Amino acid sequence: MQDFTDALHTAAALIVHFDAELRGIVVLSLGVSLTASICAFVIGSPLGMALAIYRLRGRGAFIVVANALLGLPPVVVGLVVYLLLSRSGPLGSLGILFTPTAMVIAQTALGLPIVIALVHRITVDIWATYGDPLLIDGASRLRAMIPIMAIGREGLITAFLAAFGRAIAEVGAIIVVGGNIRGYTRTMTTAIALETSKGELSFALALGIILIILSMTVSALSLIFGRALTSR
Amino acid sequence: MKQWPQFLQASVFAMLMAAAGLMGSQAHAQEKSIVVASTTSTQDSGLFGYLLPIVREKTGIVVRVLAQGTGQALDTARRCDADVVFVHAKSAEEKFLAEGFGVKRYPVMYNDFVLIGPKDDPAGIKGKDILTALQTIKAKGAPFISRGDRSGTNIAELALWKEAGIDLAKDKGPWYKEIGQGMGAALNMASASNAYVLSDRGTWLAFANRGDLAVLVEGDKRLFNQYGVMLVNPAKCPSVKREPGQQFIDWLISPAGQGVIAGYKINGQQLFYPNANDPNA
Repeated sequence: MQDFTDALHTAAALIVHFDAELRGIVVLSLGVSLTASICAFVIGSPLGMALAIYRLRGRGAFIVVANALLGLPPVVVGLVVYLLLSRSGPLGSLGILFTPTAMVIAQTALGLPIVIALVHRITVDIWATYGDPLLIDGASRLRAMIPIMAIGREGLITAFLAAFGRAIAEVGAIIVVGGNIRGYTRTMTTAIALETSKGELSFALALGIILIILSMTVSALSLIFGRALTSR
Repeated sequence: MKQWPQFLQASVFAMLMAAAGLMGSQAHAQEKSIVVASTTSTQDSGLFGYLLPIVREKTGIVVRVLAQGTGQALDTARRCDADVVFVHAKSAEEKFLAEGFGVKRYPVMYNDFVLIGPKDDPAGIKGKDILTALQTIKAKGAPFISRGDRSGTNIAELALWKEAGIDLAKDKGPWYKEIGQGMGAALNMASASNAYVLSDRGTWLAFANRGDLAVLVEGDKRLFNQYGVMLVNPAKCPSVKREPGQQFIDWLISPAGQGVIAGYKINGQQLFYPNANDPNA
């Protein structure tokens, strides 16, 4: 129990003091995770909607794969991205291994199946009710995506938050592709892993408390924003 | 649609925040920087945290450290993903050189390994020499945590078992736990399960979760732990930043650098002893 009480005190002290190194870690965590979840959302939502709206051959297979990728082990994604970005790998000349960009790529890859699967699910339900009326009204399937997005906006926010949650909680993949370099690719989660390995358990817990507060803030802001949309 | 302006505004705002965060970190890429693949002991002991700001001040080089353990660090360098390696397994380093991946090996500093175990020492090995201690641990089947990760400490541990006449492939049992993780994780496990573990002194001195663990065997000359540094060979890896890499190495082995290494202390105790001028190191 002592570890937990120590952690709470340490967390409070860290937040009040908010030194430059902690600030850097927080900004990097938010920056990487927000960028990755926004990319996953922007790429994945149209794909998820298209899967529901268009009648393509092999659509069933696509849906199975998208849902199966939800179980993709993050550390495997990290390893694959590492091998692609390594200097001795195919994309080595880009020189982006062990940079925040590599971390964004890995986290986007992890968030994409989540967005596709969730948006697909939402769209199927909405399309069942609104699909035919929209088509009858003269919308093309592509243009029908716009009202579908409006109707399903709360579900879309949930899909975004799910991708963000995946990203902000990631450790294994981003240690592999980012290198946990102090002041450069060290995020909240990788700092927690490091402090744990140094035996600084209360400090690691304190960082964890701060991370949870950050996540809750993003989640709350997104849901408030969603409510503002709905009330119009 | 009325919702679009808010949605767009919020998305742009979010992306600006994210971009700001990333740009803040990418700005570093403009400075003179090198990637050093190193061990977990140089990181977990706090040495790099102490040393690198001084390096930046004196040479202007931003050193980006990958704390991976010797085996993985050398492999990272073989893939040309690092400019310099700073590790502690002479045999592995010499193999790396022989393969042509390193330019030259410079000894930098040494400390020692220590055998850690529960304070009450159920296997009764306190004060013995390291080989007898290991033989006793194996004879009594006392729980032992091995890093199992091709790190410098792991390589040293395996060499000690061999020198003690124990063939681990045959003789290991459930008492021998290979965890494939770093020194800190191994110490955490030993602390939680009252087991024995071989550690470098630097990580042990900086470790904050000791529980009932204590140093039981030390001072045996077989526990000597030498660190070496090498520039990755630009002939094999054209992307290596040769000049700043060599500049970092030159500073480490200079009297100034060696003095800074000697000056790193925890609770008044020195962790690493500089010996760049020892040709046999």
